[in-house]
Parts: sequence; structure tokens; C-alpha cells
Amino acid sequence: MTTADKPTEFKVLGSTPLRQDGVDKVTGRAQYGADIRLPGMLYGAVLRSPHAHARIKAIDTRAAEAYPGVRAVVTAQDLPELESKVADLGEGSMNLRYQSNNILARDKVLYFGHAVAAVAAVNAHAAEAAAALIQVEYEVLPPVLDVRQAMRPDAPILLAELRTDELGQKGEQPTNVAAHYLDEAGDLEQGFREADVVVEREFTTAMVHQGYIEPQNATALVTADGQVTIWCSTQGAFGVREQTAEILRLPVSKIRVIPMEIGGGFGGKIGVYLEPLAVLLSRKSGHRPVKLTMSRRDVLAATGPTSGSYIKVKMGANRAGQITAAQATLIYEAGAYPGSPVGSAMGVIFAPYRIPNARVEGYDVVVNKPRTAAYRAPGGTNAAFASETVVDELAEKLGLDPLAFRLQNGVQEGDRRVNGVAYKRIGLLEVLRAAQSSAHYQTPLAGPNRGRGVAAGYWGNYGGKSSASASVNADGTVSLQEGSVDIGGSRTALAMQLAETLGLPIEAVRAAVADTDAVGETEGTYGSRTTFATGWAVYEVGQQLKTQLCERAARLWNVAAEQVQYAAGVFTSGEQRLTFAELAAQLDRLGGPVVASAAVQPKTWGPGFAAHIVDVEVDPETGKVQVLRYTAVQDAGKAVYPNYVASQMQGGAAQGIGWALNEEYVYDAQGRLLNANWLDYRMLVTLDLPMLETVIVEVPNPGHPFGVRGVGEVPIVPPAAAVANALYRAVGVRMAELPMAPGRLVAALQARQG
Amino acid sequence: MSAMTHVQTTLNGEAVEFLCEPRQSLLEVLRETLGLTGAKEGCNNGNCGACNVLIDGALVNACLVLAVEVQGRTLTTIEGIAPPGGLHPLQRQFLEHAALQCGFCTPGFIVAAKALLDRTPRPSELEVRQWLAGNLCRCTGYDRIVRAVLAAAEEAQT
Amino acid sequence: MRAFEYHSPDSLEQTLTLLAGPGQAQPLAGGTDLLPQLREGRRPADRVIDLKRVPELNALTYDPARGLWVGAAVACYRLCHDPAVIQHYPGVVDGAHVIGAVQIQFRATVGGNLCNASPAADSIPALIVHTAVCHIAGPAGARTLPVEAFCVGPGRTALAPGEILVAVSVPPPAPHFGAHYLRFIPRNEMDIAVVGAAAAVTLAADGRSFVAARVALGAVAATPLLVPEAGAYLAGRPVTAETIAEAARLAQAAARPIDDVRGTAAFRRHLSAVLTRRALERAVERARA
Repeated sequence: MTTADKPTEFKVLGSTPLRQDGVDKVTGRAQYGADIRLPGMLYGAVLRSPHAHARIKAIDTRAAEAYPGVRAVVTAQDLPELESKVADLGEGSMNLRYQSNNILARDKVLYFGHAVAAVAAVNAHAAEAAAALIQVEYEVLPPVLDVRQAMRPDAPILLAELRTDELGQKGEQPTNVAAHYLDEAGDLEQGFREADVVVEREFTTAMVHQGYIEPQNATALVTADGQVTIWCSTQGAFGVREQTAEILRLPVSKIRVIPMEIGGGFGGKIGVYLEPLAVLLSRKSGHRPVKLTMSRRDVLAATGPTSGSYIKVKMGANRAGQITAAQATLIYEAGAYPGSPVGSAMGVIFAPYRIPNARVEGYDVVVNKPRTAAYRAPGGTNAAFASETVVDELAEKLGLDPLAFRLQNGVQEGDRRVNGVAYKRIGLLEVLRAAQSSAHYQTPLAGPNRGRGVAAGYWGNYGGKSSASASVNADGTVSLQEGSVDIGGSRTALAMQLAETLGLPIEAVRAAVADTDAVGETEGTYGSRTTFATGWAVYEVGQQLKTQLCERAARLWNVAAEQVQYAAGVFTSGEQRLTFAELAAQLDRLGGPVVASAAVQPKTWGPGFAAHIVDVEVDPETGKVQVLRYTAVQDAGKAVYPNYVASQMQGGAAQGIGWALNEEYVYDAQGRLLNANWLDYRMLVTLDLPMLETVIVEVPNPGHPFGVRGVGEVPIVPPAAAVANALYRAVGVRMAELPMAPGRLVAALQARQG
Repeated sequence: MSAMTHVQTTLNGEAVEFLCEPRQSLLEVLRETLGLTGAKEGCNNGNCGACNVLIDGALVNACLVLAVEVQGRTLTTIEGIAPPGGLHPLQRQFLEHAALQCGFCTPGFIVAAKALLDRTPRPSELEVRQWLAGNLCRCTGYDRIVRAVLAAAEEAQT
Repeated sequence: MRAFEYHSPDSLEQTLTLLAGPGQAQPLAGGTDLLPQLREGRRPADRVIDLKRVPELNALTYDPARGLWVGAAVACYRLCHDPAVIQHYPGVVDGAHVIGAVQIQFRATVGGNLCNASPAADSIPALIVHTAVCHIAGPAGARTLPVEAFCVGPGRTALAPGEILVAVSVPPPAPHFGAHYLRFIPRNEMDIAVVGAAAAVTLAADGRSFVAARVALGAVAATPLLVPEAGAYLAGRPVTAETIAEAARLAQAAARPIDDVRGTAAFRRHLSAVLTRRALERAVERARA
């Protein structure tokens, strides 16, 4: 581990305790959303559109309602009709009317798999059979499946009321272009005049899915007094509460969301799909609990994947190796409703470099595919695939080592991004140097059809609202309630921050994820924010507990509170001395229980940078690519729970390699998804990967009590570009399309041979 | 609901009886009828391994077995892996190696790995990767899972 | 999933009686194809007939004079771990052991792979080049059929109503015989073949020329495809890079692939030649060993 600045001494942070939810998760006892069983529970099924684009002319539910065992059938007529209103969903915002129409289509279906109706019955087989009996009359319309096709003036229009948000101004014509954004810096033409080498390339990338193993699920119970309880697998219980309240026009106080354990999210479990349906069905079935679970087919066809894209990049550099100008146009698929991550992609595309003259344009375009959702560093992988392969080509043309070229142009504190914002203390240069000196980069790669690629990546990270509370137990332990759902060990990382704050061993603090009635508002586990922001709330809770406990000790010793010191688990005042546990045991006669709660909304999150190195071997006859070696280097600020920091780096790298090589949504000309299963949507398996080496760099974030930066997202940004650059070194072709599937690689090799 | 069939089986060492419809999968009966929710439904199509169980020691996807087929057979699920009062070496090593993030695929991996170690007590890394190629994990990139299985094999030998 | 009856007969006679009943009957061996098809409504079933207790369908025997007998309900894991099969039929193992990951291997059967009749079925090209024979039982009695005649279209077989595949037999390998099956998949597991190729060769005693050869391809036509012209070309010719390349070219010319989600026709045609060449090279190595 590399520590750039003077290290802070920590006792708990940086250690590797076993995770607190671990035993439940290795014994099968942990309760995920679909594991819930309630007395009298009904099972739901959803009818989905077989068409990518069609007007709904009529829905006849009578046969379904008459089917034995059916207790309720709902369509969009059961949902309140909503005005357009934009809600912040974290990692993206969404118009609530669109959100409602995405839950159940009202006038039109806009993608293959769009939900049209739902059924609740006494068992899943009856619900499924009944759903199949619902008659929907469609007027089939031509689908639009490609962003550039969707931007043509004669393209079929998806949303009649949509007008382009043109740099803040509303357009007047119906369109599929939801928004057009622009960032500019310096003088672009001058910058390209100063360049000795210019590279210009076009890229396309396919729509891909997060691929969490647990399908979406929701169970709801509406009682006779109108109180709603929802059990579900979500990245954020408060987000489910807010979205469900808005879609169903209920006060949030009527809704309690209990977050169950969650089987992966990666951004895909922020928005709701099933929760409002489960509530409607429970209400309509006479207040019985209703469980809805998606099939894998539904997950792939009808939840939010991330955007396919078209990206054009032009960059110039002078002979001294300095980048002088950069230009990019990014066109991202929003899916059926506006809201692609093109904005954050614009932030990623040139982020690692000092570029005096730049222009970045982005377009958010609706197409007849599922409404996209966040996927780990949303938009970043596509953008870095484009820019980091162009950077690689510039370095090659200048005869420079690709890491040295990146170091020469790499950003540091004070440098400005294309949008004008200046960086605070960041760790890119430390990351690049660690990559250069890594065992991997220092080991030569030999052999035919083998190549080594590198790429850098940026993610801005996020802060957001977080809450936590804690109570001191008489045995000297502390119980922590926190609002962040735990997807990958965060409960333990938060307990560690409270233990560190209190000077206690980790064994003395036990963390639990609280439901929406039991803790203050907390945004979801997304944006690489949980260890940073909820960690900060936990730190504040610890500070309050210390203050209160010093007061109790002062009362015991009959001194002023300021005269009590606390360090390393021991209260002192003069000769007086008391351990944390000794004081905790006496609280009953010193004023009663000690509890504390804190809520924070910090703005001082620090960006994360990564550099990845990959060695590949290509079979030029089949186009098959085998990853031989992989190293991920990343600045974590302070690595609170290092095993799990490294695991985030490995997991992000693996998803990125899959995206690079195999994963893609394949639609036919009618817009039907052809590979809505895990045989043909090809996620990497054990045999496709080597061990994944990690190097954690620690450049503390000055904007956090412990120096924490988010770590979850940036590791998916560099892999596709790193693999592309490695392929070029191996077989001499620059791939401009994701995925770089075997057939495409063979075609590129054949085209080169002529 | 069509006619129910009576099935007797040995489940995690205990005699168990249940009623099921012929169309119900073993996974559905384990989860919904018998309340054993450790086997997970990830794809219901045999492509992810999250529902792995052992039938007479053979590793199968419970989603691809009819519950009526287990009449007279011996079943082991994730709930039956640990010795009384403790953890199986695989479970311990998964924790030690941080071989899980969300944990959803973990029961399937542990059951699959047990079937491997029962046959091949000291597998190579390649043998572990080959045996686990039918189990999908989306969080870890598999590195820590493979290491945990190798470490469990070592622990079981010492 | 539609409701159905379940039967678990313990004799071939009883199985045939159940198959002949009214409505749709579906035999169940490993179920790794059948269950998803039932669930998705792609195969109708009023009765599912479990074959795992029928003795003839679960026999696995090898005899140096008569060859290999693989009951239709024998799981791939058992077949591929049988010492005699590993020793005498490595080419059959090549095909059978790549049908799914290990969880599938414990359930899936060669008989099921044949009856599912996927154009991309992995075990079938290897059986074709081994000159394997299907043994069929039915109301009109028993009959046999060369493996290459068993599949008649995607998902369709030569079985008449009421008939069942009992077993596949494979003749004993001739001296200086070698066979190999390989496939191309984008991942290293859990994929359906984009193209599969099998080759079997019998060499002269000095290992320098082909006495006989058979080549078969998967996933390039409506059924697994025997390419007789490739074998006919090689017979009597020397073992050289040129003759193998010509056989591969003939195989490529025989391929009639389509574009689908797993690959384009052009890529499949390209792979047909590459994989045929590699299959022949490995088969020759085995024949010489």
C-alpha cells in the first residue's frame, strides 16, 4: 500500500475484521427480498409488452380476473395520473409521470418488456397463467433503436410532448432529443493549430446490464388504515419510499420501507419497478400481502440497463508530449424516457488530463429500449473507452510510454476540468506512478499475439444525505443504527469508523441497517458515497457520544465536563480513571441511557482516480481474447476496510472486462430483445479471468474526517479502454466498438489484411 | 391447483415429507414449502448456480429438478453444510478471504465448492475455476472466491 | 408453467405404454433442456415420464468387440468419468463434457442432447464421426438409425409418435483411429457453440496417410451436419497441412449457417474451416499416439 502524505495513525481503520453480516451470508440464513414469507401472502405476475413501440388501444382483464385463485388485477388505470415533475433519484433524475408510465404503460408501450398489467393470485403459477389471459389490443408503431436514427428529423417520435432542453432553453418541435449539453474551455481551434499530432476516431458501444445476480423483488402490505409496509431489495429504502409516495400520491409518513439484504445493485436498484405494483395489488386484494419477483428475462428486458452510445473524439498533442486540444461529442441512449448518464460521461471523458482548449458536447436521446438506469460510474466506461484509446494512440504516435504520457499530462490540485471546476487534492499522479512501479508493469510481456494495455479513469464520487444513531449498552458495547443498505460490507466499514472515533475495538460496535421509520433520511448506497457520507454521520455520532459520556464521567467525579479527557477507550480527570465499559455500566445512576444521532450532507467528497494494466492473448483465427494478467491501481483516500476496497476494485474490473469483450443487448429489427437470458447475455465466468491484482494508493481526502474517498465506481471506468489498448498491442488493430466480440475482432483483422 | 404428490426425502440429515405439484421445481419447494431460502433464484434456467444443492452428493441446479424427482433421495442444501455449532472450512474461508460482497451467490458457490472438495480434496486453481464455471458472481471478479476454496482445501488437510 | 402428471416407470415396456397414452407425453432424462422449455411453454406436456429408473436407458457398458453402449438417460458426468470411455472414446468425451458446467453435467444426458435436436448440440458431431447408431424402441418394435439421420430439423427428430431413444452405441475404434471435437464459444464455459467441429480419422500403420476420415459440423445448418465430401477427399491421401486445409475448405463449403444472436453466418463460415482443421490435427495426433 502506498501512502502519499504523512500517514495518520489508526487503530481500527485499515484492519480486516470479519464482516458482521458474514456468518448469515455463508450459512444461507441472510434474508434477501424474495426470501420473505408472510401469512396469507399472495404472489404476483406482470404482463409485459411483446412490442417495442405500440399504442395501447384496449386492455381486457376479465378472463384474468375470473381465473381460479386470482385476487386482484391492475393496469395503469389504477395509478394516479401524474403531472410532469422531476424527482432526484441520485445518480440521475426522472420525471415522475415518466416514472409512473414506466411502472405500467398508460397510452403507449415504449420497449419490449414494458409492463402493462399485473395480477395477484394464491400462487405464482396461477398468477402467471392469469396474466397470460389478459387481452391487450395494440397498434404497432415503428421502433427507433439507434441514437443517430432517433435524431433524424423523420424519425418516429416516442414521446409526443418531449422538447429538447437546448443548453437550458426548451425547443419547440417534437423530438427524440431530450437534452443537449455543452462544456467549453480555451480556444479549441488554436489548440489544434498548436498540435503536431491529431487523432480523431468514432466509437460505438452497446447497451449493457448491471447483471446483479438477485432479480428485483418487492412485497407490500396495505392495512385497512392505509398504512403501507414494503419489504424489498433496494439500494436505498428512502428512495423507494419517496418514489412510491409520489407515484401513488401518498404521504411518505404512510409508507414504511424495510430494506432486506440485497443481492447486488450497481446502480440498477435505485429506481422502483415492482414496489408500487405490489402496493396496488395488496390494496385491491383486500389487504393481503403481495410478493412480486422478476424473472431473469424480465430483469434483462425491463429494468434499467445502461446506455449504448455513439462517441466521437478528437485530440491533439505537441511534440513535447503535451495535450493541446480535445473535442468530444457524446450521444447516449436514454432508453424509453429521458435521463441517460451523458452528463456524467461528459465529466469523465477528459478528466485525467490538463487540457487548455476543449469542447465537449452531449446529447440525451430516447429510443425504444428500456429506460436506462445507473450502472457503476454511469456513462464513464463508454466515455473512457473512447478517450483513453485516443490518448493511447497519441502516445504511440509521439513515441512515448503510455503511462509516462499520462503522467506528463495528468491533473493535480489546482488544475481545472473542461467545465471550469478546479480540482482539490487528488491522487492521479500517485496512482500513475504506482502503476509504473507495479510488479505487473515492471515485468516484460513476451509471446506472439500478446499485448499489454493501460488506461486511466476518473469518477467524481458523491456525498449526499446520511443519518445514523447509536446507543451505549451497559456492557460497554455500542449498537449502531444506520440508514445505508449494505451491498458489499459497508455495515462493517461504518462500525469500524464508529469504533475508531470512540477508541474502541471493532468487537465493541455492532451495526444494523435501519428501516425508514427507524433512522433519519439517508440516500441510497450509490455514488460511492456510503463509506464517505454515512461514515461521516457515524463519526458525528461518535463525537456526540464522547461528549455525553465525558459529561457523565464529570458527574460521577464531580468535576466540570471540560476537565474530563477521553482517549483510547479511557476517561481520565486528574488521578481519576475509568474505562469505557466501566462508565457504561454505571449510566443508570448517572442520568440514564446515552444515545446520539446525527445527520449530515457533506459536499466535500473527493474524486477517485484509477489506472489499470492488462495483458491479453488473442487467437487471431477465432478472435478469442484471454486475459492473462490484470492489475488495478486506485486512490482510496483512506482504505477503511482494505479487503473490501480491493474487492470493489476487482469487481469493477471484472464487469468492465465483460463489457469490453462480450456483453451487449441484441435486438432484432422489430426491437425484440434476443438475449434476455444468461446463456446469451454473456457475463464472465471463473474461467475467463485470472487473479485480479490490486494496488491501493492512499491520498487522503482533506474533505473527510478520516480522509475517505469513494471507491466503488471508478474501477469500472478504465477496463474497456485498457483491453482495447492491449488488443492493439497484441494484433495491431484499434477496435472502435464495444463489445470487442470475437466476430468483430476477426472482421477487423480480415479488413486490415484486405 | 392440480393434484399433489407426496414425497419423502432425507434433507440435511433429517427425514422430511412434503406435498407438491409435479410442475414445482425443487427450488420452489425448498424455498416456498420447506422455508429453506438459502438456495437462491438467480435465473431459474440453470445458468447461474445460485440454487445449487446436492442430490446424493451430485451437484445440481435446484431450478432444473422437479421436486417429485427427489423421492427417496438424500439432499444437502447450504443450511446443512456446517457441522453442529460451527462453520464448514469453506464458510470460514469465504469470510476470512472476503470472498463475498452482496452474498447472494455465496450459498451456491459454497455448495458447489463442497461437491468439488468431496471429490478432489486438493484441487489446483484451474480445477477450482473449471468446477465453479457454472456459478456466476457479479461482485468479486472471482479472485477471492477461488482463493477461499483453495484455502479451505488446505485447512481441511491440516 | 402448465400443470402436468409425473410418472416414474421402472421398465421400458411401462415407459412405452405411458408414451402411447392420450395427450402429450414428454420423456424426462436430465431435464436441463426440458424444464426450461416447459416453463417457457415451448414444449407442451400433459405427462412427464421420468426415465431414470428404466434399466435399459441407464446402462453404460463397453466391450472391446461390440463397442460402447450409452443408455439414453446416462448423465454426462457418469459417461465422461468412465475409465473405459476416457480410454477408448476421448472424442466422445470431448463432445459430452462441454454440455454445460458441472451442475448440468450431473443431469444432462447424451440421449437428451440428441432428442433436443439443437443444431448446436455438442455431443452429436462427435457421435456422427464415430459412426454411432441410435437404438429406438416403439409400439412397432425396435429399430436403429445412424446418428446423423436422427435429427431432422431444429428441435425435431426422426422418432415417430410413441417411440423413444433407448441408447446410442458406438463401434469399437479401429487401430490407428483418433477423433476430436471442439467448439468455439466466446467465453470459456456456459455458452452454446457458435460452431462445433468433429473429426475422426483412421491412419495407415505408419501414421502418414489417411485410410478413412469423417468430419461433422455443429451450428452451421438446421441439424448437426456430416460432411461426407471432406472424409472422401482425405481417404487415401497423405497427412499434410495441405490435405487437411483442403478438407477444412470442403467443410466450410458444406456449411449453411445463418445469422443469429450467437454469431453471423460469415463468422460461422470462417470458423467452420478453422475448427475443422484443428479437429483434424488433433484427431491425427490421437491416432498416432
